[in-house]
Amino acid sequence: MPDRTALVYRYDGTYAGLLCCAAECFRDKRLPADIQPLDEPQGTLLPVKAIATDEALARRVELSAEKRISRRARRMLREAFLTCMEHKEMRMIRFLLLGYKYGDRVRMLTTNEDVYEILQALRYLNNEANRYIEFTRFSDLGEFLAAEIAPNNNVLPLVAPHFCDRFPAENLMIFDKTHGLGFLHRRGGEREFFQADALTLPPPSEEEAAYRALWKNFYRTVAVEGRENPNLRRTHMPMRYWAEMTEMRDAVPIHK
Amino acid sequence: MELLDKLSILTDAAKYDVACTSSGVDRPGQPGMLGNAARAGICHSFAADGRCISLLKVLMSNDCAYDCAYCVNRRSVDGPRATFTPEELVRLTIGFYRRNYIEGLFLSSAVVKNPDHTCEQMLAVLKLLRERERFNGYIHVKAIPGTSPRLTHQLGLYADRMSVNIELPSQASLALLAPQKSKEKILGPMGQIRDTIAESRYELARYKGAPAFAPAGQSTQMIIGATPETDRQILLLSEGLYKKYQLKRVFFSAYMPVVADRNLPARNTPPPLLREHRLYQADWLLRFYGFEARELLDEDRPDFDPLLDPKCGWALRHMEQFPVEINRAPYEMLLRVPGIGVKSAQRIRAARRYQALDFAALKKLGVVLKRARFFILCNGKSASPLPMDNPLLIAGAVADRGERIRKTVPPEQLTFFPPTKEDDVKCLTGQL
Ligand code: SF4
Repeated sequence: MPDRTALVYRYDGTYAGLLCCAAECFRDKRLPADIQPLDEPQGTLLPVKAIATDEALARRVELSAEKRISRRARRMLREAFLTCMEHKEMRMIRFLLLGYKYGDRVRMLTTNEDVYEILQALRYLNNEANRYIEFTRFSDLGEFLAAEIAPNNNVLPLVAPHFCDRFPAENLMIFDKTHGLGFLHRRGGEREFFQADALTLPPPSEEEAAYRALWKNFYRTVAVEGRENPNLRRTHMPMRYWAEMTEMRDAVPIHK
Repeated sequence: MELLDKLSILTDAAKYDVACTSSGVDRPGQPGMLGNAARAGICHSFAADGRCISLLKVLMSNDCAYDCAYCVNRRSVDGPRATFTPEELVRLTIGFYRRNYIEGLFLSSAVVKNPDHTCEQMLAVLKLLRERERFNGYIHVKAIPGTSPRLTHQLGLYADRMSVNIELPSQASLALLAPQKSKEKILGPMGQIRDTIAESRYELARYKGAPAFAPAGQSTQMIIGATPETDRQILLLSEGLYKKYQLKRVFFSAYMPVVADRNLPARNTPPPLLREHRLYQADWLLRFYGFEARELLDEDRPDFDPLLDPKCGWALRHMEQFPVEINRAPYEMLLRVPGIGVKSAQRIRAARRYQALDFAALKKLGVVLKRARFFILCNGKSASPLPMDNPLLIAGAVADRGERIRKTVPPEQLTFFPPTKEDDVKCLTGQL
């Protein structure tokens, strides 16, 4: 399907929507020039075709990816959608096509630019998700344990299960400021994602403030003096995470 | 005393302990309980010295009845003393854990009154955490040498990992510097813990409800550079400990003079960090690369070359085994190539099944050739810029020298203590 049309697809920005774009490509036997989410600000000079999202169609595409390529490739696509890779939509569709041709081996075709970029982006995604498992900080708001994060990739779907498993008896809320995506977990197991532009958390209670002070005190004391190693610290814990971390917040430079 | 002050004193007193990781056990969350555990461990922060902070690492008390020469908490030192009540420690652990500050608790203690009394206090903390608070996170507890076996046993039923510090690498040094401890007092509990772990594994295999005893195993640590043992003695000792006591880790801690004593290095002696680093590298070679201690050092050469990592050192003494052909060499031999770590070796093994590998392909796999190129062939071709029959020339090229040693491993830039970014993860991928 090498033949590019001078056409841009627009979809609703969901994974199902993207899969419907894929279906449209197969039907049309041609790839568009680009695929953009509806809320993409910059317009295009090319003619635009809006692709409607049809959940049943999307599911069929996903199942075919699993059947004709592999379960792992299907999962890879799902996760690739969470990354902040540039041109991810086109890369993912070309990956899918390549998969139909090569089967599961597609995951190893690192000489192909799309496969290579997707693998890199996934590595970044997983690293970032791991970092948030480490560095997310909750505050006890009485009703809820609440945390804010600011990831580059959309890591919340990968991070949330970890905290549900860890805190089954707590009410939890995690809000991703970058993507305007929140997650709620209620004691007892009920869980949901929600969308919001911003969230304002109440100021810390006296008890919350006391625990923060204790933690900062521990953090300061446990370092061996005379052995400061700012480079090593930044390697393991890059500065862009500091603003949301109780013990580091004060150390964030005002001018970035 | 305020809780904040106690926390300062008892954190300060515990911070030289290096064996602080949360690894070794996978335990999913349970309904109604608090916490879970991940086999690879999780670091929650990194201190100003670059070390991983994974557990709330504190002493129960620093009010010691003993007088070990190398220790800040020894009886004869003047300084602030504090002791947590079990309730205080439980509150801290739970409060920190719920906020995702920590993976759990690392509890050690000075000897308050006597070993049994100390152990009872620690046991009270663990019981409250596990039984009342239903805490399901990670607990590492230190056994106190000289405690009665019954109490040590109980501790292990609540802990994930136990450790007994071997403290110093020989009995003579122990007798000199820690007169109230002895080899027997240390190895006794180590043996007991090993046996109970084995029994508990066996029981668990038979019926699921059996109580697990220290499921993440046991570890130990020893101080390097306070006493005159050679690297060879230290490495042979660690190897013996791994084999005999089935330890998960032996930690080394470069001696940092904190007290003046005529039997110890002077107070301004810098801690031997580079030596500690070499010993850790050698330790990984023992645990993950199939080396034996006696291959790495012999009586004529009992200490590591500070400029060469131990694997390079070994390879240069065995140039007759090199170069190895990347496309054919057995996996065990790939592991022995300087610059090729476990991950690279695994990637090579997987990739060469599909295609013959050349140097470009190796680079794509993420194999770093800076050192490896002196020791390998790809399809019969070499990428070594130097003749391969002169180990001295190659030694010059692969040594951590001058600029490089200052830039990449200047002693103060070294990961002060082992790269504990959950040590096991790191060690497995460490490109040696
Ligand atoms: S028993 Fe432990 S705390 Fe007490 S002096 Fe010896 S090493 Fe220090």
